[in-house]
Parts: sequence; C-alpha cells; structure tokens
Amino acid sequence: MWRDALLVAGKDLRIEARSKVALGQVAPFAVVVLVLFGLALGPAVGAGSVLFAATAGLFWITVLLATVLAVQRSFALEAVDGASDGLRMSGLDPAGIFVGKAAAVTCELLALEVLLAGVASLLFDRHLAGFAVLVASSVAATVGLVAIGTIYGVVSIGSHQRETLLPLLFFPMAAPVVLAATKAWDGALAGAGRHGSGWLDVLAVFAVAYVAIGTVAFGPLLEDA
Amino acid sequence: MTPVIRLHEAVSLSDRFPLLAGVTLEVAEGEVVHLRGPNGAGKSSLLRACAGLEQVVSGVATVLGHDLTVDRQSVRREVGLLGHATSLYDELTVEHNVRFAVRASRARPDGVEASLARLGLDGRLRTTPVRKLSAGQRRRVAIAVLVARRPRLWLLDEPHAGLDGDGRDLLDELVRGASDAGATVLLASHELERASAVADRVLPISGGRVVPGPVDEGTGDGAAAGGPDVDEPRTGGRGATAPARPVAPLPAPPTAAGAGTGAGCDVA
Repeated sequence: MWRDALLVAGKDLRIEARSKVALGQVAPFAVVVLVLFGLALGPAVGAGSVLFAATAGLFWITVLLATVLAVQRSFALEAVDGASDGLRMSGLDPAGIFVGKAAAVTCELLALEVLLAGVASLLFDRHLAGFAVLVASSVAATVGLVAIGTIYGVVSIGSHQRETLLPLLFFPMAAPVVLAATKAWDGALAGAGRHGSGWLDVLAVFAVAYVAIGTVAFGPLLEDA
Repeated sequence: MTPVIRLHEAVSLSDRFPLLAGVTLEVAEGEVVHLRGPNGAGKSSLLRACAGLEQVVSGVATVLGHDLTVDRQSVRREVGLLGHATSLYDELTVEHNVRFAVRASRARPDGVEASLARLGLDGRLRTTPVRKLSAGQRRRVAIAVLVARRPRLWLLDEPHAGLDGDGRDLLDELVRGASDAGATVLLASHELERASAVADRVLPISGGRVVPGPVDEGTGDGAAAGGPDVDEPRTGGRGATAPARPVAPLPAPPTAAGAGTGAGCDVA
C-alpha cells in the first residue's frame, strides 16, 4: 500500500508542480476570502473586535473552502480522458491510491495554511501564540478534512454534478473537524495550551477515523465511480 | 490447453441495460481475434468486461485464470486495455506517463526506453506534456504504455483510430509481435481489412452476443451477404500471408507466475 501511495502522491504533486493550480488559483481564492471576511466584519481590528475574536473560525472556514477546490482538482485529473479507468486498470492498491491522493492534497493545503495564517495574522492583527498547538492541530485537522474530501471526491468523480455534489456531501461531515480545529486554535491563540490540547486530541481521533474509513471504503467507491 | 479467455453465457449489465447478453467464446493463448460488429453491438463492453471493468453478473467468465464473477480486480495488472480514451495525464510528460503506468502495474521498467523509441516518442516528444500532443501522438503514447507494460492479454478498442499510415502499420507489427511472443490479443475494429489481416479469426458481435454468421456493420443484422468467413482461421489473414514488415524477435511468452512482467512485445 505504501509503495502505491508514494507513487500516486508523487504523480499528483508532479502534476501540481507543472500546472500550478493550487498556487495560481486556490491560494489567491483563499486569500481573497480572508480579505472579504475582513471587509465584512471590519474595519475594527485588535483585541475586542469581531475579527480578533473570530480569527480562528474565519481561518478554518477559508481552509474548508480551499479544501473543496483542492479535492475537486485532485479528482478532476482522474476524470479527464478516461484516466480513472487507467487508475483502476493499473492494479494499484485502492487503499494506496486513497492515501496517495490524500497525502498530495494535504501537502498542498498545509503550504496554503502557512500563507493564510500569515495573512490572517496581518489582516486581523492577531499574534500567533501557542505555535506548537497551532501546528499540530492544523496537521490533524487538515488530514481529517482531506480524508473526508477524498472519500467524497471519488464518489463524485463519475457524477455529472460533481462540482455541486462534492460540497453538498463534504460540508456536513467536515463540520465537526472545523469546529474542533477552531476551538483548538482559539485555545492556542488565547494562550490556554491545555484547552487547545484537548481539542487537539479530538482532531487526532477524527483524522485517524476518517483515514481508516477511507482506506477501507475507497476501493468499492472507486469501482462504482 | 486452458484458454486465456473463456466466457459462457456471460451477462453484464449497466443498471438494468444489458451490455453483454450471454456471450460465449474461447480464446487461446497467442491468438489474435478480431471482434467485428456495428456500433452498439457490445464490442467495447466485451473488452471492458475482459479487463475487469464491467461486472459479469451471470454465466462463466474466466480471464487468465481469474474468475471475473468473483474477483475482477486481480486480472487487471495482467491485462492491457487500449480504449477510446487514452487514460493519460495531460500535465505529465510522455515519459512520465509511461513510467507511471509501468511502475503502477509493477512491470519491469526496462521496457520504457525501448517502447518510447519504437513508437517514435524519444527525442523532443519525450519531455513534452501530453496536453500539447495531437490526437494521433496521444494514441502513440497510449500504445507505448501498453507495450512497456507487456501485458499477457491485449484488449484493443479501435486501436487504429487517430493514427497515421505509419502508425497503423506499426500497430499491426506490434500486435503480430505480441502474439508471436505469446500474448493474446482481442481487437475490436471497423478497419476491417487491417484487422482481418492481423487476426487469426473473426468473431461477429451483435446485440451483446457472439453471433454465428457474418454481421452487417451498418445494421447489425447477422448473415450479411458478402461478409467474410467468421469464427475460423482467416483466409488471407496473418496465417496465410507474411507480415508487411519484418517482425522483431520477441521474448518468451508470459507465465502465470511472471504475470505482467515478461509478456508482450519486444520493441527493441
């Protein structure tokens, strides 16, 4: 499985490096969303302002939206010119395909989150305290979000309504992860390390559970796609 | 000898629509069979079923020893399907597409260079993204993937489509070479003369089943006047005439133990 996962992740990241869709479209989109949040809830920034209090939530809503785009892109690659048939005919372990595709999207989103965290800190005048918890919770939440997205991404691959179907399926399942990630970030930003760590445990459970589900379910879902 | 493909009253459905309506056929190792029939006859569905992409819901369906009614995934690594779509990644280069397919199927990587050269994809084209290629060049890349993977069973769906004259000649050579090396080829084509020249026999398909007589390509009616003899060695086909070009020597036929690693065509 791990060999196949590496192969698929390498292929997807190579395609991203060549097409630069994440860099040229997803990242600008996410930054624009953050700026729009700032315009809608500003202009006041700093302690006591709405933006100050809502920084974590706005950050994770933005990541959620970017995840949809990144997952859609990941599976659009497989929908072009019969590539999904090629993937099935390759004999690759479906669990390896799941882990590989999820790993590639996770790498792209983690890089995006670094950028977004900087932009949010700047725009909303929020110092990024509790750095270790922020990083750990970001990794766990991203793995969870991408795992859910990858499960539903393969469901929507064969659908003519895949652009609208994916968010419809994805958002309800992603809500608990976004909630936990927001709480973890709120705790970390407020300097309450233990409070943040509690939510970090929840995020880790979500991540492990969704990865396990995806590893088992991806094969049958790919066959039906 | 156990046939490479053995179907008996095999039925495949898409929802409730029958793709295959009771196909019965046997194909021996090293044989080249031309599937002939009108649009919608079930040729592509038959190829996809043999590739394990369509579920066979009843009847007997055994390909390369794998029972497709029970498990249709195990056979895939030993089978090469060249369908209407090329199954290539647009953003990857020609070489990366071929290498990815070979590594994914766990085939030996030593055939990559030779297959690229044989298909005329070395040099500048090697590092060109597939999205920049013409339809015919894309087809050549898809064939290069097939050749580099060296599957035991070649399933070719309108393989000549989009290829220029040289490309068509080359494809015919590759099919002959693969067959001589022990690989089995099932070929669906409306290029009747070309396909018949390379095939050992012709199987007429109509209405999702193999029919006993010639098929009118326009209407799908069986026993059409003027059609070739069917389901028997072809007079004037590869059994009767020398190939148009000399065929390169080929490696030993594949075995079940070496599935996907040693079969197919020597492209050197």
